[in-house]
Amino acid sequence: MNALALLAGLIFGGGLLLSGMTDPGNVLAFLDFTGAWDPRLALVMGSAIVVAAPAFWWARRRGQTLAGTPLRLPARWPPDPRLLSGAALFGLGWGLSGLCPGPALVGAAGGSLAIAVFVLAMAAGMSLTAALIRHMDRQKASQTLSGRGLPGQCPSTLAQPESIP
Amino acid sequence: MSANLQALLPAVAGGLLIGLASALMLLGAGRIAGVSGIFYSTLAGPRAAPRVWFLIGLLASGTLAALSGHFPAASLIVEPHWPKLLLAGLLVGAGTQLGRGCTSGHGLCGIANGSGRSTLATLTFMAVAALVVGFGWGGLW
Repeated sequence: MNALALLAGLIFGGGLLLSGMTDPGNVLAFLDFTGAWDPRLALVMGSAIVVAAPAFWWARRRGQTLAGTPLRLPARWPPDPRLLSGAALFGLGWGLSGLCPGPALVGAAGGSLAIAVFVLAMAAGMSLTAALIRHMDRQKASQTLSGRGLPGQCPSTLAQPESIP
Repeated sequence: MSANLQALLPAVAGGLLIGLASALMLLGAGRIAGVSGIFYSTLAGPRAAPRVWFLIGLLASGTLAALSGHFPAASLIVEPHWPKLLLAGLLVGAGTQLGRGCTSGHGLCGIANGSGRSTLATLTFMAVAALVVGFGWGGLW
């Protein structure tokens, strides 16, 4: 299982390198719909999906991996504000740089100092956001608790409506 | 035209490899080959062995390409606009954390998995990125 994952990582990176998608210029040329549009990123994604989609279909049908271990797949629906605002922020950074996490990691490992710094900034952005999400989730949880007036939380507000004659 | 087609062939071949890698990760480890999630979980935990090994393989591909002289020179950004690079890195990190995925997790695996969430996320980040580039803000140089 681990050997397969290592191989998958190697092949994934090899595919990024071969397809030219580690070059931010090629990515930006795809995103430039007003200029000389470069269709290659669409071809890369399209051909990758053609291979991956049957694998996902088959895996969902089996309900487990080849070795019989459970699948760990994220929910497919519904979308929420957090998903879409996150995607928009990511799109901002991707458009500014032409770099997304996969090609950035391959570029940093390939010896680009600038991209290594990009990866550090990306790690900082992830950690700060994770901390912020934890903080907000905690606040929301404590608000929900007091709002429901669980025993011992806020007895006076709970009792009030009933005490009015 | 044939010259054009020849230029497109590596893109198709590379895409097929990326799809194969995602299928291996799914059928072998039961997981999405989503690079942002794999990277962050390796940094901050919980560390699952297959994801760590995938990350090692991904990084090794870049290093091996560089050592064998096959790393595309255009991919090395020299003399970048540093503040812009830092801002873009922060945004990519924040956005993929908040939106739980990047081009690989949402754009490739999610769409291949028939996920409506991932399809909407992909449309969103592509549209925003295309707007940024349309305004002439694209590029770290």
